[in-house]
This record gives sequence, structure tokens and C-alpha cells, in this order.
Amino acid sequence: MTIEELTEQQEQEQERQRGLENRICVCTAAGCISAGAEAVKKALTDAVKAAGKEGKVEVCGTGCLGLCSKGPMVRTSADGALYGDVTPEDAAALVSDAPADKAKLAGKRLDEKSDFFSKQHKVVLSNSGRVDPERIVDYIAEGGYQALAKVIAEMTPQQVIEEVKASGLRGRGGAGYTTGLKWELVAKQRSDIKYIVCNADEGDPGAFMDRSVLEGDPHRVLEGMAIAAYAVGAQQGFIYVRGEYGLAIQRLQTAIKQAERERLLGNRIFESGLQFRVDIRIGAGAFVCGEETALLASIEGRRGQPRQRPPYPPEAGLWGRPTLINNVETFANIPPIINNGSKWFSSVGTATSKGTKVFALAGKINNTGLIEVPMGTPLRTILFEIGGGIPGGHKFKAAQTGGPSGGCIPAEHLDTPVDYESLSKIGSIMGSGGLIVMDDTSCMVDVARFFMEFCMDESCGKCIPCRAGTVQMHDTLVRITKGEATETDIELLKEMCELLRETSLCGLGQTAPNPVLSTLKYFGEEYAAHIQDHRCPAGQCQALAAGSKESGK
Amino acid sequence: MAAARDNREKMLERAMSRYHYSGDALIEVLHTAQELYGFLSPDLLNTIARKLKLPPSRVLGVATFYHFFSLAPKGEHSMTVCLGTACYVAGSLGLMNTLEHRCAKAGTTSPDGKVSVGAARCIGACGIAPAVIYDGRIMGRVTQEQLNKELDRIGVK
Repeated sequence: MTIEELTEQQEQEQERQRGLENRICVCTAAGCISAGAEAVKKALTDAVKAAGKEGKVEVCGTGCLGLCSKGPMVRTSADGALYGDVTPEDAAALVSDAPADKAKLAGKRLDEKSDFFSKQHKVVLSNSGRVDPERIVDYIAEGGYQALAKVIAEMTPQQVIEEVKASGLRGRGGAGYTTGLKWELVAKQRSDIKYIVCNADEGDPGAFMDRSVLEGDPHRVLEGMAIAAYAVGAQQGFIYVRGEYGLAIQRLQTAIKQAERERLLGNRIFESGLQFRVDIRIGAGAFVCGEETALLASIEGRRGQPRQRPPYPPEAGLWGRPTLINNVETFANIPPIINNGSKWFSSVGTATSKGTKVFALAGKINNTGLIEVPMGTPLRTILFEIGGGIPGGHKFKAAQTGGPSGGCIPAEHLDTPVDYESLSKIGSIMGSGGLIVMDDTSCMVDVARFFMEFCMDESCGKCIPCRAGTVQMHDTLVRITKGEATETDIELLKEMCELLRETSLCGLGQTAPNPVLSTLKYFGEEYAAHIQDHRCPAGQCQALAAGSKESGK
Repeated sequence: MAAARDNREKMLERAMSRYHYSGDALIEVLHTAQELYGFLSPDLLNTIARKLKLPPSRVLGVATFYHFFSLAPKGEHSMTVCLGTACYVAGSLGLMNTLEHRCAKAGTTSPDGKVSVGAARCIGACGIAPAVIYDGRIMGRVTQEQLNKELDRIGVK
């Protein structure tokens, strides 16, 4: 395909969509599918046939519309409305344009002026819910692959890197390394073979941002990777996806096939010298594979065990070659940066954290789902305005970010702006974007135990501090939840935290103490209640609630 | 039965040849093998090791390192409770207790071969927590009553 042909396709598809009376988009992301979206989509297709509107009204499946708690969700283009809790019985009314039918649906129409929608700022998710992820022309109609065309036609690799650097984009996988600098490191390496790796091994429990991006807008990630390949001089890319994400894998496979057919991946992309292929590697359920060197080992078909760094992957990565590893959301940010310029991107966010961040809101919160907000948005806005607060009249206790590597943020820090530095200052991390809310029914000691159990199970066993330390810490936390611990156990726990943080080989062990340290810091009185009074204030620890020490959890 | 088995061997062979019998493709090959056979038996692992020219220890090492691979046959039904944070906050441990009490420990199959119980590390269905993957389908907002009823229905004592 040439650049002219791309633009032609874009205009044709836009023209076709404008010609439609109505385009009904059904969210077919994993959350809505389990709420029955497939049946809704089928009923809509049948209703279109029954009404004799084939060719005039189109039904398509799209990526995540955001508000998972109201699934299945449907958007209709004719009146620009968004509906939640849709059932197959609503299909006829959704297809009809009679006012009486529309009135029937009034109760299910969602108010897009409400805080949940109006306080968001969509960059990464701008196409999610608008394009059919299984049709490449849908993505092209929204300006897809124009950024790739632009870099090939108008920019040198160095200019691309400068643009990404100027945007201030930082890695969205959690650590927050400046993306442009990483690209520059790889570009500088002299090697005839280089690799691009997309880390889609989204392992943090409570995080589903990357899955939603892959399910809803896979071409955007492929385009971001291709731009990176042009900038650093790579020819081969891998997307390492969790095995649990069946739908994301399937949509990626479709997307890669389509892009290859349109010659947007493969040899001579846009008739230039750029050649770039992408293959999928499916993970097999090991959390540690999110760590970059473990991920590389896994792509090479070995156990996912991390190795000592340096050398870092930009110098010696896959099969010893220079390798650029970025997270899904990072790649998804690249096309809009190229299209709109670094200034546009960096106009949103804070001094050190630019752009937006996608969060997966879950736990004890009214509006569970997927949101995207400018960096620096206060936690309070995210939880109480966008999230709609805590259900059931319960009281907010803590917000957990960063999964097993993060910390629990108490009510007193609710006004913290969400950016890399502010979160680490209060003992948590940005992480990949899981945001879990806990109310007064959650026991913070048990939360710490839960995460430590996770780290213990997921420790790869290569280095001793992590392998043995997580077991020791878990045992101690179990004893506390059973009321069998003493004050010296707390001291021991703190010592172990220090030890793991300082001496573990990789991020898993180094950050495993975070949930313990942050709960000790902010919820020390809960630990004290368990140890001194043999009482669980939240009533979660069964051994204490029952008043007997024998009946373990 | 015999014909079906031949077919599976052929399909596994095809998967390995697609990767040019490279040892780097071990995880992909194990994925295919488990899809075809349901679980990875010692014979199967040995065959793969021989064909990919890898030491059996490395094949076993990789197969046991990753949670996804199963070295024992699966039950008639499978129930995997998501123990991710959102599901944990919504009470998935209680569901797990019920399954462990009525069927089998997580990661094993009940003695009558009826149900394989599993634990997942967040399946990304946090919006509808607590979630259980029941025979490949995600069930959201599962309650104890629902779970017990379903177990009764499929004849678990």
C-alpha cells in the first residue's frame, strides 16, 4: 500500500460510515462478553434484518466502552447515545427510530455529562468503543497508520526519537523510564539485527488496561511498534501476551494478518526500505515474566527467570541482540504523539509526568471499569467523582495501586496527584494502572498477607532473598492474622522488608515488601489490634472473629 | 480412537516443524501439545524433548515452571476461581473454600474425576468480581448460593 492509497481508503470508509443511518456499536470486551454482549449483538443483527434495514444500519463489536459495571454497553451513532445493562430484548427498540421506542430505553441511557465520562481525557482509549477491532479499515478511517506513513515520508529516525523524547512520555509499565531515551539507547547500538518487544504480560492482579487496549484497538499497538522499529532500526517484533487473554490474542492475530495483507507490516512498508514483522508469543502463567529479562528468557523458550542487569536489554536482549522493550500502553501513545506533535502531548499532565494514564478501577467502588485521566489528577477525583464513591454506605479505607509491587494509600493522602513521583513519595508506585479500592470491610493485615502469598507463589526461586524471604514474611503475616504473633514479629517483618528490598535480584523481590511497609505505616493500629487484642477490626480474619486460634483461614 | 490419536500426533509434528524444530519454540510447542492432549504426560514431554533436541530436564523444567501447563489429566468440568485483588476484595476466598471443601484442593482434580479446581491470578474481569471460569466461560458476580447450586446440579456430593 502507498500513502496515497491509505488516505484513499480512509476517505472511502469515512464516506461509507457517513452514509449509514445508524451504527450500533456493542462493547465486546471480556467484561461485557461475560455479561452477555454476544447475545445482545446477535439480537441486534437479527433486529436489523427484521426491520429491513440491512445496509443502512450496521451492528459492530468494539473495544471497551469503559463502564464495566453497566455491561453490556451499546453506543448508537444516530443519536450519539450510550446505553448500559442492555439485554437482547432491547434490540428492536435500539434499531428502531420511532420516538416511542426510544422512550422505552430512556432508563438505560447513560448520562455522558456525568463525572464518570466528563472528567476523563482519552488519548490511548480514543478509539476504544468507536472502531471494530477486527476490521483494519475501521482503524484506518480514524486516521490509523497515518503516523507510520508520516514518519516514513517526512522524518528521519533521529527526528522520531527527538519527538518522542520531547513529548516526555515515560514507560507505562510501571517503572516510568523516559521512552525516548530508551529508544535512543537501542538506536545507538551497532547491530544488523535488533528486536522490538511489546510487554503485554499484564500480571498485576486487578489490572486490565493492556488487555482492553489489545482487545479494543490492536492496530494502534502494531502501529506504535512499527514506528519504534523505524526509529531504532529493528526488523522483528514480538508481542508477549498472557495466556489468559484469549480474546486479546485472537484479535491480535487477526490484526497482524490484516496489516500484513495491506502491506503495513512485512517488507517494504509504504514502498520504503522499512521491513518489520510481528509475531505473538503466548505466556504460560508466570507473573515474573513481566520483568524484562525474564520475559526475554521466556520468548527464547526457557524458564522465565530474570538475570542480572547490566547489560540492559537495549545492549544485549533477545538472543544477545539490542532489544527495545515497551509496554502496550506506551506503544499505544506513540501514534497520537507523531500525529499531533510532542507539544500537544506534553500540554497534558504534570511537570515530570506527561500525558494521560489508563487505570482499571475495581474493588469496592460504584463505577468499576476502565478510565483514562490526565497525569496529576488527584486520587479523590478519580475515586469519588469518576468512580462514584463507595457502595453500600461503607467508608473508604485504602486505594491500592501497583499490584503486589505497590502500596495501600489511606484516606489522608486522597488529595495526592496521581503521577510517578507523588505516588512513590507516599510509599506506593504508579505501576501499570490497577487501582483497587478497599472499604472498612477489608482487613489491611490480610491484604498484606494476600499480596505476600502472591509474591511467594510467583517467586521464580532464582535468588535466595526472594525465594526464602517471601515464605518467611508470609508465615509471619499468617501468624498475625491468627493472633499468634508478638511485637518482635513486627520488628522481624520490618527487617525482612529491608533485606528483600536491598538484596533481591529483580523487581519482584525488591518491591514485594511494599504492601507490607505501606500497611504498617498507615494502618499500624490494625496490626496492633491483631497482636495485642487478638481482634480483627474489620472482622475478616476468621481465626480471630471466631474467637478460637485453631480454626485457620 | 486410534485414528484420532494419529491425527493429534500429526498436528503436534506440524507445530514443531513450523518452528523448524527449534528449542526456542519449546513454550509454543508445549501450548499446542496441551491443547491437543489436555495435559502433558511424561511420554509426551520425552517425545518433545527428543524432537526439539533438548535435554528432558529442560523440557520438564519449563513445563513445571509455568502455571499454565498441567502434568495431570483434567476432570470432567473445570472451575477456576480468580484470586486477583478485585475478586479477593469481593470475597473469592470464600468461593475457593467451598470448592476445596466440596471438590478438591486448588490445582488438583476431585477423586471422582468430576471437577478440576484451579486458582487464577486475575483474569482481568475485575469489573464483575468475583469471577469464576467455569468450563472456559467466565461467570461474573458469583455468589456462594450460585456456586453450590451449580455443584449440586453437576452431581458433586
